Amino acid sequence: MDQLYGYMLYLIALLTMGGIYAVLTLGLNVQWGFGGLFNAGIAGFFGIGAYTSALLTTAPSVRHLGGFEMPYVVGFGAAMLLSGIIAYGIGKVCLKLRSDYLAIATIGIAEIFRLILKNETWATNGPRGVTQIPKPFEGLPEPWNHFAFLGLVLAIVAVLYLMLEVVRKSPWGRVMTAIRENETAVKAAGKNVETFRMEGFVIGCMIMALAGALMAHYLKFVDPNATEPLLATFLVWVMLIIGGSANNKGAIVGAFLIWGVWSATEILTGQLPTELAVRTAYVRIFLIGLALQIFLQKFPQGFFPEVRPKIKNSQSL
Amino acid sequence: MAEFINFYFIPGLVLGSIYALGAIGISMTFGILRFANFAHGEIMTLGVYFAWSLVQLTSLHPLAVLPIAMVLTVAVAIGVDKAFYKPLRNAPVIMLVIASFGLMLMIRSAVQFFWGVQLKSILPGIQFPWWLFDTIRILPKHVLIIGCAVALMFCVHYLLTYTKIGKAMRAMSDSPELARLTGIDTEKVVMATWVVGAGLACAAGVFLAIDTQVETMMGFKLLLPMFAAAILGGIGRPYGAVAGGLIIGLAEELSAYPWITDAPLINPGYKAGVAFVIMVGMLLWRPTGLFKGKVF
Repeated sequence: MDQLYGYMLYLIALLTMGGIYAVLTLGLNVQWGFGGLFNAGIAGFFGIGAYTSALLTTAPSVRHLGGFEMPYVVGFGAAMLLSGIIAYGIGKVCLKLRSDYLAIATIGIAEIFRLILKNETWATNGPRGVTQIPKPFEGLPEPWNHFAFLGLVLAIVAVLYLMLEVVRKSPWGRVMTAIRENETAVKAAGKNVETFRMEGFVIGCMIMALAGALMAHYLKFVDPNATEPLLATFLVWVMLIIGGSANNKGAIVGAFLIWGVWSATEILTGQLPTELAVRTAYVRIFLIGLALQIFLQKFPQGFFPEVRPKIKNSQSL
Repeated sequence: MAEFINFYFIPGLVLGSIYALGAIGISMTFGILRFANFAHGEIMTLGVYFAWSLVQLTSLHPLAVLPIAMVLTVAVAIGVDKAFYKPLRNAPVIMLVIASFGLMLMIRSAVQFFWGVQLKSILPGIQFPWWLFDTIRILPKHVLIIGCAVALMFCVHYLLTYTKIGKAMRAMSDSPELARLTGIDTEKVVMATWVVGAGLACAAGVFLAIDTQVETMMGFKLLLPMFAAAILGGIGRPYGAVAGGLIIGLAEELSAYPWITDAPLINPGYKAGVAFVIMVGMLLWRPTGLFKGKVF
């Protein structure tokens, strides 16, 4: 019975993390799937969200800035707002350039953000990170607190999904797709391409920050490792490509699927002796990378290919 | 003054030479294959580990085994191109960027699997500096690094100026369509690009390992400064990449010099940010770079 209970808790943890990744993947889908914007600095916006919400909602501490004991909603809102403002500043500089440059610039920003987290100890407690972050529903008895948090995450995923489906089918979403496919034609149609790109970039970064805030509250802890590009940027890209970019359903399924594979293989390698387990961790990364390559070459559309919305009235574009 | 030269200028020159060698490959793949190769840093890391293993095997000086390490690195780069880049040559360019993004992780995890993540030394022992005029302090390894980097740059210069393949590479970097029309074998040029790019990346990595240590993240740490150098010099301009590398390397080291007060101008913890700021500034002010490279 105890074992069954353990499995159930594990499943809840798996779904919660999968859900947080789904939020991230949906954010990337707005940028890459809808608008063809290559953001290689997901980890940076994720980290901005995690730290902002953490510092606003924790109890006062001498180790780091803040400790304002604000409600979660304020934490989440501020995380999204700050990330949006920073994204706007970056977009102003980089969105005019070809996507390769955007990729390089966003990687750079994420790395600079890591440097700030590590160096500005007065604000972030440096490499030791922020601890004792409050977690929604933690007052509830076991295991209901876990269920409730999972419910919150899944509800956010569901709401985001419904909203982004509306966005995708809206004239705005169709213009974004058109920009991705043929920028010149959209310009000729009299649309301001830069504004649309900026909107997509900012919205995507705000969603990523929300995922970061959720992660900080879920783990009750955040340190600069949370912005490790491997887990916070690369894995999200793999999820979206394999799930199917430009498809919101694909983004969600890809997130749960890849997170499931990632975690399941961790259980397997966890059975091995320590020295070997450490080494096989790298095999997992290698295989995830290989899966990405296979999908890029053989199934570039992912599991759920893009479905174009039907245009009811052609005047809207 | 002596302090400035010993602890800021010479290290800046050493770092700059390393960036310069790495940036040549970035600039050429960007110019010829037309995509930002994120795996370039990892190719460098792999080259360093080849060299480290060869040093363990033969107990020779790292520079003695460098040519073999370069050949091995080039072989891997060409294999990677065949397996992962070639099938995407006709796909949208951004697919190549994503593939290189994936390769970055694949190569790094392979290195971590085979060699482990512990710090290693490629050149054991402590080196005693040479003193010039009793004030200027030069480490023999620094002389070696700068000397070898300059020699390699001359080789690249010779290749690009006097050989047929070098001229084809420049032509293709200037205008791939025109190059194809004039009958240049593009696949051969692509191959040559990997030979030069991966070979120099390996050399740059080994120089960095001689100067500091061997670690699995060294290539990734160099990725941004190398891109910054390539953009600063102008994409597709090998000489620009060299100039860009030297400027970025010097800027990073000199940013920590106490120019105004007794404190470093910029907290050394933010050294890595200097390259980024220069790069973004350049993209805004003059995206063609100093040497009129391409803008995509």
